[in-house]
Amino acid sequence: MREPAAHKVVKVEVNGTVYEREVDARRLLVHFIRDELDLTGTHIGCDTGNCGACTVLLDGHTVKSCMLLAVQADGASIETVESLAGEDGELHPLQQAFSARHALQCGYCTPGMLMSAKYLLDNNREPTEGEIRKAIQGNICRCTGYWNIFEAIDAAAKGEVSA
Amino acid sequence: MLLPPVEYVRPSSLADALAVLEADEGARALAGGQTLINVMKARAAAPDVLVDLAGLEELRTISRGADGALELGAMATYTQLVLSPEVNESHPVVAEVAETIADVQVRNRGTIGGNVCSSDPTNHFLPLMVALEARMTIAGAGGERTVSAEEFFLGVYMTAVGPGELLTRITLPGGRSAGFSAVTLGADGTCIVNAAAGLNGGAPRIAIGCVDAIPVRAGEMERRLGGGELGEEAVREAARGLGAGLDPPSDVHASAEYRRHLAELCAARAVLQAAERRRG
Repeated sequence: MREPAAHKVVKVEVNGTVYEREVDARRLLVHFIRDELDLTGTHIGCDTGNCGACTVLLDGHTVKSCMLLAVQADGASIETVESLAGEDGELHPLQQAFSARHALQCGYCTPGMLMSAKYLLDNNREPTEGEIRKAIQGNICRCTGYWNIFEAIDAAAKGEVSA
Repeated sequence: MLLPPVEYVRPSSLADALAVLEADEGARALAGGQTLINVMKARAAAPDVLVDLAGLEELRTISRGADGALELGAMATYTQLVLSPEVNESHPVVAEVAETIADVQVRNRGTIGGNVCSSDPTNHFLPLMVALEARMTIAGAGGERTVSAEEFFLGVYMTAVGPGELLTRITLPGGRSAGFSAVTLGADGTCIVNAAAGLNGGAPRIAIGCVDAIPVRAGEMERRLGGGELGEEAVREAARGLGAGLDPPSDVHASAEYRRHLAELCAARAVLQAAERRRG
């Protein structure tokens, strides 16, 4: 069988591109994404699993990438906030809704908020008010008071992105 | 944050996982990691080897036994419990409680095995396992053994899972109606006090959490209720005085006196919910 090791070659697909890197077993996934892959859209907020700024999709499910080792993601498919906009730069409907509804001020929580919102809409096309609130429970925003974020997700769910 | 240096392995069979845990007493099982990774960041633990159980698909299964029991693999995530038709049909309280733990991202990773093995006195599933008469199956080099939930929880962060062993599954006997009640910090936050009740024909089985190192049975309340009617007045009356027999902690969130009060409140609510569920 495979032996325990302090370093490991990790192969992950991130936003459609396959990366293979040797990493320390103790390296957190969020550092791997930001520092090794140079995808700095994913933010580190609290680094304790509370704030959700580091939220990414791992095999289709949201996770906090500061509470996961990079080696745990070996073989997985990851989507970060960089995957949302099209190749031509056209923003994802959620991003358009966030922009139109002023759903951000400082923007620090936004990458995580967007990934949590995407996870919700991927799995629930007609979320209720309660379901939207519950969906962003793991994401802390210190600027907006959440109301505009809620409205933006609601608008994106209803296809009303530009208003 | 930089974690302490650690080695990592993701075995593909239970036997391989047990072999690593057996070979190195500094090895620790890594389930969802929603507790352990933070504990390592805080330098409260520094395992030599992390044995990632993610490759053991057999620990993720949820099924119903022929006798109506619900079998929960230790690596079943909270999200799996919330969505499982088997859980919702046989023990809906387990799905309801899982849905109140932390947040979406944590529920996507955190596991029921990790919840009970961390044996944090404020965890949701501890009193529920006791009230539902859960049987915990522990695998080791010498084979499997099964202990009751009451034998499983030994103290703060301590369980019957010994060195070189793993919790593999939790069996919840069928035919029970159950209730759960908690007072938490914020909507789905940490429990200040929680309580669970299970009904199986005779007297209710009631366990209180967060008031001691391990869940506490409300023996006197169980005796008072016996097999009698579980009307609101009778249940609230039976809970009276329960708090006086407890020695809960006092902290910034609640005084010991307030926790004694909440214990009576939560125990009554849990029994009433179980009774209502039994009525259908």
